[in-house]
Amino acid sequence: MPRMTLSHFEAAFLFAFFASIVLGVVTKKTDRERLRYGLYVFGCFLVALFGIGWLMYLGHR
Amino acid sequence: MASKQTAPKQPLPPVGVWLPPVALGWLIPGGGHFLLKRSGRGALLLFSVAGMFICGLLMRGSMFHPETGDLLTTLINVGGFIGDLCSGIFYLLAAWLGYNQPDVAGHVYDYGTKFLVTAGLLNVLAMVDAFEIAAGRKN
Repeated sequence: MPRMTLSHFEAAFLFAFFASIVLGVVTKKTDRERLRYGLYVFGCFLVALFGIGWLMYLGHR
Repeated sequence: MASKQTAPKQPLPPVGVWLPPVALGWLIPGGGHFLLKRSGRGALLLFSVAGMFICGLLMRGSMFHPETGDLLTTLINVGGFIGDLCSGIFYLLAAWLGYNQPDVAGHVYDYGTKFLVTAGLLNVLAMVDAFEIAAGRKN
């Protein structure tokens, strides 16, 4: 079986991608709302990813 | 003084209405949506849960076993096992084909373990959605 080696960023990006699709699909009532919410959640994941990443970087200096 | 109004509790629909889509949704992620003629949403759920699970396998994540001990050990292992089990056919196939990755140190393995559990938890959300559609609470 092939092995996947990813960086923290790539793994968290993939995680955010798949989780956002499901959260968008199951949460809202119309397709337009689902798409908007999915993109919003994905954006929130990325903001948290960069925010916490910078926080840890600055905390380690 | 303003009184807080709560929505009336909706009665549970008959088991025959919601059990088939929920059970199929567990076995095949998105299957409940396909059964309820929501193929587009079913396909997206199948893609996401399958993608998450397969990425977890490719990262060599470990599966949880229902071990008991102190409270934290029980909570992590039994909770993780339930999360893994919720992936349905993917978990059953992986277990049947002998996938047994030991828990080793390393961020990729660690992400893989989380991906495997999260695939099951996302499928729980999909099953709840299938239940709500079958019960007529959502379109």
